[in-house]
Amino acid sequence: MKLLSLCLGLTLFCGSALAIEVYPFENEAQEALYQDVTKELRCLVCQNQNLADSDAGLATDLKDKVAAFVMEGKSKDEITQYMIDRYGEFVSYEPPLNASTLFLWLSPLVLLLIGGGILVFKIRRTQHD
Amino acid sequence: MKKILFAVLPLSVFVTLIVLLYVNMGTHSERLPSPLVGKAVPNFKLNTLYSNKTLTPKDFEGEVWLMNVFGSWCPSCRVEHPVVTQLAESGVVKVIGFNWKDEFVDADRWLKQFGNPYDEILVDLKGDVAIDFGVYGAPENFLIDQAGVIRYKLVGNLTPEIIQNELMPLIEELK
Repeated sequence: MKLLSLCLGLTLFCGSALAIEVYPFENEAQEALYQDVTKELRCLVCQNQNLADSDAGLATDLKDKVAAFVMEGKSKDEITQYMIDRYGEFVSYEPPLNASTLFLWLSPLVLLLIGGGILVFKIRRTQHD
Repeated sequence: MKKILFAVLPLSVFVTLIVLLYVNMGTHSERLPSPLVGKAVPNFKLNTLYSNKTLTPKDFEGEVWLMNVFGSWCPSCRVEHPVVTQLAESGVVKVIGFNWKDEFVDADRWLKQFGNPYDEILVDLKGDVAIDFGVYGAPENFLIDQAGVIRYKLVGNLTPEIIQNELMPLIEELK
């Protein structure tokens, strides 16, 4: 019985220790905005993770900053722009359309056209046969 | 003939991909260009580590200075420190330390162990100002001109080569 209560106590303790990332948001809309923004910002220390998933020291600082902005009532665009002004466009997982990102944005369309072209070509040929 | 072409096509695509990936392996860098180069230094108000002052960008107006971001928790900073020390001792540029997210006792111990080459040391305990500078990893170095404009940023260790090839020409030009 003693062992059981010890286990239970430890489990409860772990539960509370895991829930470190709690900000006093005023409402659910703010919470949702925070989640949304941190998912679209890149962690600069571990560059293939977003902020939401990262536990790096800097990521924690940046999340605190995002949370503070959200509670101040700043919009998603304002917060993202703040980060881009400091860390460059690389920080955003939603890169803007410009000369250097043109290929990135258009390559799916190009692939679709090539694939579609091959498909049309093939279908026509089988119809001829 | 056509059959051979279709057979070779996937293989050639594969080989091209491998070549591209291989080439990229050597040139790819995790160091990012800073959007702050060419812009005014972010406004800050920071205490110093030892001299009991509070400094702002205004206090550095009229001189060229190098801001070296370091922390006692940062292994690369130890490697870089002799190079920074040498640069500071040569007197070509004023070297200011930026102690990032460090407790006083740790920073103090580190500087006592490895030496303190800095003209002043700014303390950013919480890391707020570091975010304004777009700092994402130590060490980082910023060269700031007389008008308070960031002219150069380096993520990673300063080396004698980088100082000679990149930093010195810029410093000469500014002076």
